[in-house]
Amino acid sequence: MTIDVAGFQALFDPRGILVAGVSTHPGKFGFVSLHNILAAGYEGAVYGSSLEAGEVLGVQVVADIADLPEGAIDLVFVCTPADTNPDLLRACAQKGIRAAFLASAGYGEAGPEGQQRQTELVALADALGMLVAGPNGQGVVSTPARLCAQIVAPYPPAGTIGIASQSGNFISSFMNYAVQTGVGVSRAVSAGNAAAVSIADYLEFYAADPATEVALAYIEGVPDGRGFFERARAVAADKPLVLVKGGTTAGGQRAAASHTGSLASDDRVFDGMCRQAGITRAATIEEAYEAAATFATQPLPKGNRVVVLTTAGGWGVVTADAIARSSLELTPLPDDLRAALDTKLPPRWSRNNPVDLAGAETRDTIPEVIDLIVGHPEVDAVIYLGLGIQSNQAALMRSGPFYPGHGLERIVDYHERQDARFAQAAAAASDRHAKPVLTATELAVTHPGNSGPVAVRANGRLCYASANRAVTALDHLWRRARAEDAHRPA
Amino acid sequence: MPTLSEADSKRLLATYGVAFAAERQVHSADEAVTAARDLGHPVVLKLGGDGIAHKTERGLVRLALGDDDAVSEAAAALLAAARPEDGQVHLLVAPMLRGNRELIAGLHRDEQFGMTVMLGVGGILAEALADVAFRLVPITRQDGHDMIDDLATQALLGPVRGEPAVDREALVDVLMGLSDAAGGEPSILSADLNPLIIVEGRPVAVDALVEVAG
Repeated sequence: MTIDVAGFQALFDPRGILVAGVSTHPGKFGFVSLHNILAAGYEGAVYGSSLEAGEVLGVQVVADIADLPEGAIDLVFVCTPADTNPDLLRACAQKGIRAAFLASAGYGEAGPEGQQRQTELVALADALGMLVAGPNGQGVVSTPARLCAQIVAPYPPAGTIGIASQSGNFISSFMNYAVQTGVGVSRAVSAGNAAAVSIADYLEFYAADPATEVALAYIEGVPDGRGFFERARAVAADKPLVLVKGGTTAGGQRAAASHTGSLASDDRVFDGMCRQAGITRAATIEEAYEAAATFATQPLPKGNRVVVLTTAGGWGVVTADAIARSSLELTPLPDDLRAALDTKLPPRWSRNNPVDLAGAETRDTIPEVIDLIVGHPEVDAVIYLGLGIQSNQAALMRSGPFYPGHGLERIVDYHERQDARFAQAAAAASDRHAKPVLTATELAVTHPGNSGPVAVRANGRLCYASANRAVTALDHLWRRARAEDAHRPA
Repeated sequence: MPTLSEADSKRLLATYGVAFAAERQVHSADEAVTAARDLGHPVVLKLGGDGIAHKTERGLVRLALGDDDAVSEAAAALLAAARPEDGQVHLLVAPMLRGNRELIAGLHRDEQFGMTVMLGVGGILAEALADVAFRLVPITRQDGHDMIDDLATQALLGPVRGEPAVDREALVDVLMGLSDAAGGEPSILSADLNPLIIVEGRPVAVDALVEVAG
């Protein structure tokens, strides 16, 4: 199947939008979707249609689609009852509308009658040459067009992650992580019942979409398993494809039978299929988002030799354990790197990997040490721990009764500047040496206003909430890099 | 859904490069004694035939037969155990292979994804371990290597109790053979190599059962 590029462009980059079924009631989909489109700052023309002509939120509402201008609208966002939609879509096609997103329920999820209606909807979409997304979906988001045509929040920051989901709520979850981490989204679409446009169709569009660098999907079932495999493999050959699947244990537990085939729980086949297709499979929603965000913001490692840089011992030990459980390697510190670090640090540092500074750092130590480690040819990736500690103390001083006297104002400013500098140094070393450098601290979620995590975000990187999560994300990067290399035709 | 006899199953998969232990198909106790001498004692003796799918359950497998008398006696007993519904029967004589490690491999049709190649840890703990990996057919050699890497029980694949590490290339050969058989014989519904005994590091299939569309 060749993808309907013009249809997807109409869906994601429309010149104008019609909200069908506009409501004046702020609790109804027909109001919320119009509100969200306007609030996110969509710059194209916006129209509404309803049983009564008038105006809602300053937008012109027509009672008859025939009253709308020709060729000015590409997308219709449909909130009308299912049985009225065929006539609506025919009228929209007359006006040159190329794509529809159906939030309307009452289709495949609604018994035999709804299933019949859904079959007719697909046939109508074909006959009209219209891309019909949904039905029963939450909406579509596209940051290049400042488009937030959805019945839920949030509107995410702009970025390069393209999302498709069989569950509309997980679109919101993924975008909430985008808001939290600052690593943004290009497109996001809730596939709803996926009557005419499937998850694989969206992923193929993302593979071809210049605004998207990483594809991210949530799926529950795959109706055409073999077809999905072939298409997902082609997508993953172009761009990282991160997948999280719900319902992994249903139908399992058949391993007890003596026949070897009964060892085949469905999830093991699915897992093998993912690895064969080059798909990055994540176990949870947050792991999936962090893997996608890492692909979007870090270069792929060329090997699995990791150095952990920490300002305190315990963090390094736990991180070493996490690395040992992954496909990464806590590489022995090369002799020349140890010697170079000796010239920068007083004798009490660990002199091994993890590089534990043990509080030995002075004003310029951390930026210099980061660059030395990242730049070493026998190091493929670095995990940096301890960012933000001093700013955390600074926050306590700032809110305490002695601020700003006793020299507190000066030291608070100094600590906050230093943590921002360290985050900047980690990003700069990553850029300069084209290697992943991941910064992890729980302050990213416990105190997101801390100067360290704020600076990581400002540098366009993800600040991982724990070292373990950084290791998991880096492990996904290395597995993809290794698979790309191993499966490349000789 | 008919199953092929063990001998026919092996013949079919061997055409696609799956390595089996040397064995002879004979029809009398005297022929079995001669075949056992050629192959070298000890041997395994099995009663085979198109109608016989579950030999172990019916006691139709005799292990570790060390001399002519043992072979002759077992052969006579197995031939006497044949039932009318077994149809045409024969005796399979094979060398008794020894190895501490057993794997399983096969072809299985998944409802969602179609035909798959399977590799797993075998032996009496296979079901409890459920340590298996799947790929969709056809597979590449790299997919085969990835399947071996997917097994959780990696220590079993290294050197164990004086036996060398499993020859991964030879194991990939088995998986490639299964994948090629699935491609070349669309009538195959499933195939099982159980067990795949690791003999001096090399996987050798000592039993095979192929199920075909009727």
